[in-house]
Amino acid sequence: MRNRPLSFYFLAAFFGLFLLFLYGPLITIFILSLQGPDGALTFPVRSFGFHWLGQVFQEQRVGNFVEPFQRSLLLGLGVMGLAILVSVPAAIAFRNRFRGSRIIFYLTIASLIVPSVLVSLGIGVMFQVLGWETNWFSSGLGAHLTWTVPFAFLIMIGVFNRFNPSYEEAARDLGASDFTTFYEIVLPLIAPSLVGVGILGFTLSYDEFTRTSLISGQDNTLPLEIFGMTTNVTSPALYALGTLTTVFSFAMIGAAFWGYQFFAKRQRE
Amino acid sequence: MLNPSAPTSSTASRAEHAVAQDEGGASVAIAPQTAGISLRSVTKRYGSVLAIKQINLEIAAGSYCCLLGPSGCGKTTTLRMIAGHETITSGEIWIGNSRVNALPPAKRNTAMVFQNYALFPHKTVRQNIDFGLKMRRISPRERAQRVDEMLDIVGLKEFAQRKPDKLSGGQQQRVALARALVTRPQVLLLDEPLSALDENLRVKTRGELRKLQRQFGMTFIQVTHAQDEAFSLSDQIVVMDHGQVDQVGTPQTIFNQPASKFVAQFIGDNNIFSGTVVQVDPGEKGAMIQLDVAGLGRFRCTGQAANVGMAAAFCVRADQMTLHSPGHSEIKDDNASSNQVSARITAVEFTGYVTRVSLMLEATGQEILYKALTQDWGAHQLQEGQLIPLSWRVNDSIFLSH
Repeated sequence: MRNRPLSFYFLAAFFGLFLLFLYGPLITIFILSLQGPDGALTFPVRSFGFHWLGQVFQEQRVGNFVEPFQRSLLLGLGVMGLAILVSVPAAIAFRNRFRGSRIIFYLTIASLIVPSVLVSLGIGVMFQVLGWETNWFSSGLGAHLTWTVPFAFLIMIGVFNRFNPSYEEAARDLGASDFTTFYEIVLPLIAPSLVGVGILGFTLSYDEFTRTSLISGQDNTLPLEIFGMTTNVTSPALYALGTLTTVFSFAMIGAAFWGYQFFAKRQRE
Repeated sequence: MLNPSAPTSSTASRAEHAVAQDEGGASVAIAPQTAGISLRSVTKRYGSVLAIKQINLEIAAGSYCCLLGPSGCGKTTTLRMIAGHETITSGEIWIGNSRVNALPPAKRNTAMVFQNYALFPHKTVRQNIDFGLKMRRISPRERAQRVDEMLDIVGLKEFAQRKPDKLSGGQQQRVALARALVTRPQVLLLDEPLSALDENLRVKTRGELRKLQRQFGMTFIQVTHAQDEAFSLSDQIVVMDHGQVDQVGTPQTIFNQPASKFVAQFIGDNNIFSGTVVQVDPGEKGAMIQLDVAGLGRFRCTGQAANVGMAAAFCVRADQMTLHSPGHSEIKDDNASSNQVSARITAVEFTGYVTRVSLMLEATGQEILYKALTQDWGAHQLQEGQLIPLSWRVNDSIFLSH
C-alpha cells in the first residue's frame, strides 16, 4: 500500500459525499421506478418489477407521455441544428476584431444572465402584442435559442481560439478559395467540436423548463408534462418516466461520445 | 533518401520547352523556373507599431537566401509579406517582372513551407501533396503523375496513404516540402523549416534542402535564427534586427566582416570594444582607424571610413586572438601591426574539439572570450585566475560604425 497523506482520505471522503449528493436522487428514483404493482411513491419497496415502466406507455388519466417526448425530441434536434448553424459563422466573425464586436459579444452573453422567467415572459408578451399564437415550435423554439445559441457561441469562440490559422494560410497558399478552405480544411477539423456543441444544444433544450413554461402554447414539452404530472400522478409511473428519460439522456451522451470519437479518429488515422 | 534522377529530367525538358518557344518568337507565357525578388522601401505597420522599417532588398533568381535574426526582428513578417499572407503598409514587392503588392498568395508563383509544416491532419500524405494541384484544377491524371513524382523525390512513396500524425518529424518536413514544390513555384519560402527537428536530423536535412534547391533551380528564401544553418545553406544572408536590414552578404562576408555591433554580437564569439575614433588614415584597401577605448588606451582597426570624434567600436573574433605566457608583457616590436590587452582567466570550458576560455580585462572588467583548439590549449598549461597578455592583428580588428 502506498503511504498517502491524511488529506487524501479527507478529500476522498468529501468527493464521495459529493458523488452521493449528485447521484443519490437519481438512484432513489431509479430504485423506486422498479417496483411491482403494489408499489407506492415512498420507501419501503415491497416488491421489484417492471410494472411501472410499462405503465408509462399506457394512456395516463392525467396526461400523455409519448407526444410530449416526440415534441421535445424534435425541438431538441431543431435547436441543435440552429445553434450550430448560427454559432459557427458567428465565432468565425469574432476571430477578427471588428467595430462594435465587443458590444455584440456582451449583448449575446447577456441573454445567459437575464432571469429565464423574464425571457419567457418577454417572448410571451411580444407574441401577444404581435397577435401571434405561442407554440412549442415557434415561441418555444425561440426561447430555447436564447439559451443555447450564446452557449454554443462561447464554445465555438474557444474552439477557434485554439484553431491554428496556419492550416488556412497553407490552404490559401496552395490556391484554395475562402469557401473551399472552410469546406475542405476548417469544417473537418472542427467536426468533433460540432458534435459537442450539438449535444450541448440538444440537452439544454431537452430538459429546459423555465424559459418554455409560459410560452409553449397548447401542447407541452416533456419537462412541462412531467411537471404537470407531479401534481396529479400518485403512482410510481412518475418515477418510471424519470428513469426512462434519464436513460434516454445517457444514450444521447453515449451517441455524442461515439460521434466525437468517430470524427476525431477519422482525422488522425 | 532523395532521388535526384526523377525530377532533373522533367525540369530540364521544361526548360528546353521554354527556350524553344522563345527562339521561335512565340509569345506563349510560360512561367520561368525561377524569379528574383525585390523589396522596395517596404514598410509594415501594426497599429502604432512599426514592424518593418523601409526595407530594401534584392534577392537574385535561383539563389538560396536566408533571413537571419533573433526572434521579433521582422524576418518572418518579411517572408510572409513576400508570400502574400501579410499585407504591406507601403512600398513595393516585385517577384520576377511583376509587382505583386495586391496579389493573393496563390497568384504570386510562390509556395510556402510553414513553421511546424501546417500539414492538414485529416488528409493523407497523398491528399496533402495533391491539394495545391486540385485547387489549380489540373486534370486528375496529371495530378496523380506529379504527386507520384514528388513522393519519389522525397522518398515517401510507401507512406502515401498515411495521415501526417503517423509520420516522424523528418517525414512530415518532407511532406511539407513536397506539398509546396509540387505546384512548381518560382520561389520557395521556408519559415524555420528545420527548427522542429532534432540536432542530427537538422544537419542531415540541411544538406537535403540545399540539394533540392540546386536540383530545382528555384529561389529559396528561408527564415532562420540559427547562424550555422544560414552559413551552411545560403548564397546570400540577410541579417535583420528591429525590423531593419543590418547587413546583406555572403556567409563569408557576414562572418569575417560584420558591419555592425549587432551583427558581430549575433554571429557570436566576437569580442567587441566600444570607443571613440581618434585618428583615420585612409589607405589603398580601406582606412586604418584608431579608437580610444576608455581605460584600455588606443587600438588600431581596419574599416572603410570614419570621422574623428565619432563613437564607434571594433570587434575581434575569439579564435583570432593570440595568447602569450604570463611573463611576456612587452610586445613592443609588434606595436604597429597588433593590439594587446591583459586579462585574467575566469573560466575554462571544454566543448570537445574547441576549448572556450572566458577572461576579464584587468583594466575595465569587460569580459572577453578566447577560443582555441583543445589540443593547442593543452600546450599552454594555463590555470584559472592567471593574468595573461592577449594580442591580435590589426587586420583582424574590424571597425564597426554602429
